[in-house]
Amino acid sequence: MNHDVYEPAYIRQILEDVRTIAIVGASSNEARPSFFVTKYLVDKGYTVFPLNPGMAGKEICGRKVYASLGEVPEPIDMVDIFRNSEVAASFVDQALTLEPSPKVIWMQLTVRHDEAAAKAEAAGVRVVMNRCPKIEYGKLSGEWGWVGGNSGVISSKKQSLHGSGKMQSLGIVKQ
Amino acid sequence: MSDQKPGFDTLAIHAGAKPDPATGARATPIYQTTSFVFDDAQHAADLFALRAFGNIYTRIMNPTQAVLEEKVAALEGGTAALATASGHSAQLIICHSLMRPGDEIVCARQLYGGSINAFNHSFKSFGWNVVWADIDDISSFEKAITPKTKAIFIESIANPGGRVTDMDAIAAIAKNAHVPLIVDNTLASPYLCRPIEHGANIVVESLTKFLGGHGNSMGGIIVDGGNFDWGKNKGQFPMLTEPNVSYNGVTMYETFGNIAFAITCRVLGLRDLGPAISPFNAFLILTGMETLSLRMQRHCDNALKVAEWLSSDPRVSWVSYAALPGDKDHDKQKKYAPKGAGAVFTFGLKGGYDAGVGTVSKVELLSHLANVGDTRSLIIHPASTTHSQLTPEQLEMAGAGADVVRLSVGIEDVADIIADLDQAMS
Repeated sequence: MNHDVYEPAYIRQILEDVRTIAIVGASSNEARPSFFVTKYLVDKGYTVFPLNPGMAGKEICGRKVYASLGEVPEPIDMVDIFRNSEVAASFVDQALTLEPSPKVIWMQLTVRHDEAAAKAEAAGVRVVMNRCPKIEYGKLSGEWGWVGGNSGVISSKKQSLHGSGKMQSLGIVKQ
Repeated sequence: MSDQKPGFDTLAIHAGAKPDPATGARATPIYQTTSFVFDDAQHAADLFALRAFGNIYTRIMNPTQAVLEEKVAALEGGTAALATASGHSAQLIICHSLMRPGDEIVCARQLYGGSINAFNHSFKSFGWNVVWADIDDISSFEKAITPKTKAIFIESIANPGGRVTDMDAIAAIAKNAHVPLIVDNTLASPYLCRPIEHGANIVVESLTKFLGGHGNSMGGIIVDGGNFDWGKNKGQFPMLTEPNVSYNGVTMYETFGNIAFAITCRVLGLRDLGPAISPFNAFLILTGMETLSLRMQRHCDNALKVAEWLSSDPRVSWVSYAALPGDKDHDKQKKYAPKGAGAVFTFGLKGGYDAGVGTVSKVELLSHLANVGDTRSLIIHPASTTHSQLTPEQLEMAGAGADVVRLSVGIEDVADIIADLDQAMS
């Protein structure tokens, strides 16, 4: 498929489908994008498994950190890769050996590996590259507009408020 | 919505303006509040550290303003936008994000006089130096670029003369030099011209003019094209690419990707310099924007008829309006703004300075004032007002010679506009 442009419906379905997300390259440094995204996805109610070999056994955002995909104790719906494009392929290979296989492989902003993506798609795994799930969630939920972002979403329906009202939700409930 | 991509007029009404999530209000509410409560200490900390989306304080963001920002971003085809108190403050915030003392900006000579003043004088006190280039000699832009150049600044349709700029050619120069092209799209509005489609990286506009359109509210906007690689040359744009001390080391470009420029302008420019738009002004401008297409087309249709009438009048020596077939910018207008050349243009009176002063004194329907882009027709004689401090040579250079009259043609009945000009010129 074309990975230059994604239809909002494709992204929406992914973000509504997945419940467990492994974040490859999660950081405990609160100024790093990988920390921002980990925290955001935890706050939105996803079950997040931060991966970082140097921090295995410690916690990020209250979630236990694992050294590798194979150590995660639950089926992983989505693997979110915060590593550069060159090494992204090796994480895709690891993800494809998981049992059950993940539904989605997501590569962050600036991360793109077309060969690895094609391999994952051949195995029936959906792929998103060079995007951020925090930004895409924000666009679909309306939060993106709060910072002047062009969400590309038009609707005459009232948006839903989530929980205390601090978040607008795609309907994923915090567990 | 269905998979069909919404058209311009649909975006003008609906983009950013979903029903209010709290109340279901269909029109965008005026959130006339300075501040927003936090849910708890963690929520407050997340907002201040940019880890969560949300409202803090109206000097940085406001829900009414946010609707305006998303709407303009959608109409211009940008990734994000930031609204400010005025067009001038939008320019200040852009330059603050890009420039350090000693840096340079290459600007077209053919700019709004207020921008020329700001670049020539006020920006000097920040150590930002302007280098002038000329839209009639495109190579002058290339020659003006030095290692210190941080941006090129042009107007799509230039005020006051209604000159049309060859954006594609200047965008190619900017791209080659890897500096962002900033286009002031105030006189065209996104209805007539969308600079990002011609290679602009940042669009700036005075919302006070055609977007608001009713002469009742000040406002400015910065649109991020999302199409510039701020990190390509190390150290070129430190505010975007270096860890920011005032946000605990967050790096804007790395964190915010293709809206990093708009976010930088908001959380470092607007936060610290302070020219926030009033929520009420944002509401009035939003209301105006819903009819942008209808008004803009009428402005253009009326302006063309007035320009044609002036061209055939014996009291008039020349008319500079790009929609006239004989105009030197007519080919560029057909390329960049095919639906019309806008409402603002200049013409010369054979009677010179005295005839200019006489005409603006005698108008009864047109308003003698220093604005453009109102529903009402406006007129000014620059040499005796806005440009009266300039020498005769400077007046000529600025397109504001003694005989020059500037019009901003409104959306009244065009026969009435022409009749008033006719009596005022006699």
